[in-house]
Amino acid sequence: AKTKDSVFKKLTRVVVGKSTVDDDVLDELEEVLISSDVGVDTTLKIIDRIQKRVADDKFLGASELNRILKEEIAGLLKESNKGDYEAFSIPKSDYPYVIMVVGVNGVGKTTTIGKLAYQFKKAGKKVTLGAADTFRAAAVDQLIIWSERVGVPIVDQGMGADPASVAFETLTQAKANGSDVVIIDTAGRLHNKINLMNELSKIKRVMDRVVPGAPHEILLVLDGSTGQNAFEQAKQFTLATEVNALAITKLDGTAKGGVVIGVSDQFKVPVKYIGIGEGMEDLQVFNRTEFVDSLFN
Amino acid sequence: MFENLNERLERSFQILKGQGKITEINVAETLKDVRRALLDADVNFNIAKSFTNTVKEKALGQNVLTALKPNQLMVKIVHDELAELMGSTQVDINLQGKPAVILIAGLQGSGKTTFSGKLANLLKTKRSKNPLLVACDVYRPAAIDQLKVLGEQIGVPVFADIDSKNPVKIAQDAIKQAKANGNDLVIVDTAGRLAIDEEMMKEIEAVKKAIEPSEILFVVDSMTGQDAVNTAKEFNDRLDFDGVVLTKLDGDTRGGAALSIRSIVNKPIKFVGTGEKMEALDVFHPSRMADRILGMGDIVSLVERA
Ligand SMILES: Nc1nc2c(ncn2[C@@H]2O[C@H](COP(=O)(O)OP(=O)(O)OP(=O)(O)O)[C@@H](O)[C@H]2O)c(=O)[nH]1
Ligand SMILES: Nc1nc2c(ncn2[C@@H]2O[C@H](COP(=O)(O)OP(=O)(O)OP(=O)(O)O)[C@@H](O)[C@H]2O)c(=O)[nH]1
Ligand SMILES: [Mg+2]
Ligand SMILES: [Mg+2]
Repeated sequence: AKTKDSVFKKLTRVVVGKSTVDDDVLDELEEVLISSDVGVDTTLKIIDRIQKRVADDKFLGASELNRILKEEIAGLLKESNKGDYEAFSIPKSDYPYVIMVVGVNGVGKTTTIGKLAYQFKKAGKKVTLGAADTFRAAAVDQLIIWSERVGVPIVDQGMGADPASVAFETLTQAKANGSDVVIIDTAGRLHNKINLMNELSKIKRVMDRVVPGAPHEILLVLDGSTGQNAFEQAKQFTLATEVNALAITKLDGTAKGGVVIGVSDQFKVPVKYIGIGEGMEDLQVFNRTEFVDSLFN
Repeated sequence: MFENLNERLERSFQILKGQGKITEINVAETLKDVRRALLDADVNFNIAKSFTNTVKEKALGQNVLTALKPNQLMVKIVHDELAELMGSTQVDINLQGKPAVILIAGLQGSGKTTFSGKLANLLKTKRSKNPLLVACDVYRPAAIDQLKVLGEQIGVPVFADIDSKNPVKIAQDAIKQAKANGNDLVIVDTAGRLAIDEEMMKEIEAVKKAIEPSEILFVVDSMTGQDAVNTAKEFNDRLDFDGVVLTKLDGDTRGGAALSIRSIVNKPIKFVGTGEKMEALDVFHPSRMADRILGMGDIVSLVERA
């Protein structure tokens, strides 16, 4: 929480006057990590790594400990993030580059799409949106408003339409109008609902028929305030759609989004974007160092 | 995760087994696993800690009754303690007032608008109320349309003013209209807001002050992690809400946030959301929730096998 002492302050307090990292320090560290939703397994993994390094390096003061701590956490993220992404770029070879956005209910999929469209447009790309959430009340209207706000075309077939058909039509039109980027919105769904997850696989499959290889990016949106359930979300959405990128939203709040460290590590999926507000510009490319810093501030 | 927990508990229960009295030593392993289960379920770190301490105090030195094995006794203590914390009695909502006014608040995307529709539907069909839904979210794209669609689905009128950016005035006007049209219940949907967004928190305080609701419900996503305590505390400090609504329980989250919120603000959980449809609303069952948080269904059956 924002009112809490920073981890470093706390850690410094427990480390002061000690020549080694003892149980007090590790307990304190455990509290900080778990309170950031890092989860027990990942926390133990981090503590384990630190203990190993401490054993190697023998003496450790507070500042060294801080540095090692950050390095170890960043290391976990690095293993699945090959390098931090360049700002809103797309691979040159794939046109149109198709992004399908998935996730459980209310995490911020539609809003993230609006923000992405804004960034891609700003970067000079031609963007088309597809309104394949035809289920949630006024979902199509919501995406239409975003498309107007950003000034990009949208393909919709109204509420109740078959989402796979909307995706098919969107890609067809995007190809015809020479779009660089297509972003497909999908209805929020809980990952334990088999029928809805199968529907998602179907929406995905249909796209390949219009643009071979599409969707190129399957972006799983995770709410930054979600706890350990994010693991199950990542697992099930990956099974249904081969998720290959993550976005974490609502990091402008007090939640730290620490669960993403373990999720990214376990599923070897990079975190690409973070949402930091409800406005069009409130999306950033994920920066590992900043993210790790924010856990401790 | 469940299998692991089971295995571990089975192991620690083995340790307890066959010992006539619960002692510091034979309880330690079990408590560690209980704490682990709570943290995996997203119970707040400090609350998990104090909970296991309480359980330990209750357990220590207890003579194991002839009918119960030590492990069974531990499970019983953990379960009872948790269920009690969750709230032992069900608390109804306050529908006093002409019209009765219910204010809905919470973070972005928690399920406020959907719940507003569900509650209107429930009170209309089960309690013969004549509700009016009020669209006070003037920010989110298509928020008003969303509430209108839901209102249409359940046959409940929706008050909205698309030209207004003033939720206080919209809520006041809605109540005037409710009085004129004979609606005996007004449910006010509001925009999602972060607890640290000072301007937005002031706004909802102002709405509360202007309409004096008989009931304020705080809507929270059951998948929420450790931050649940901060948010609940902040909303409660600002609004002194009357009850909590836990949404999206049709998922597979263990829902430890429920316990955290319960213990930090001491307000009853009144409803749970179990789906996207307008009928998917349930009253809250404390004991079931306690079982869910601990994966107790599994543990209880484990004890039965023991
Ligand atoms: N504070 C904050 N709010 C956000 C952020 N991203 C989205 N939101 C808000 O979260 C709420 C839900 O966002 P949506 O984009 O509708 O979420 P969704 O995943 O499309 O929801 P469904 O389609 O209903 O499953 C809205 O009120 C958004 O304004 C963010 O980064 N920060
Ligand atoms: N599965 C499931 N989905 C739910 C439940 N309650 C709400 N939802 C879904 O969660 C998403 C967000 O719900 P909303 O009612 O729009 O949430 P909100 O709090 O009004 O969102 P904002 O107004 O943007 O802050 C939608 O996709 C809903 O259909 C529930 O109990 N179960
Ligand atoms: Mg959406
Ligand atoms: Mg809403």
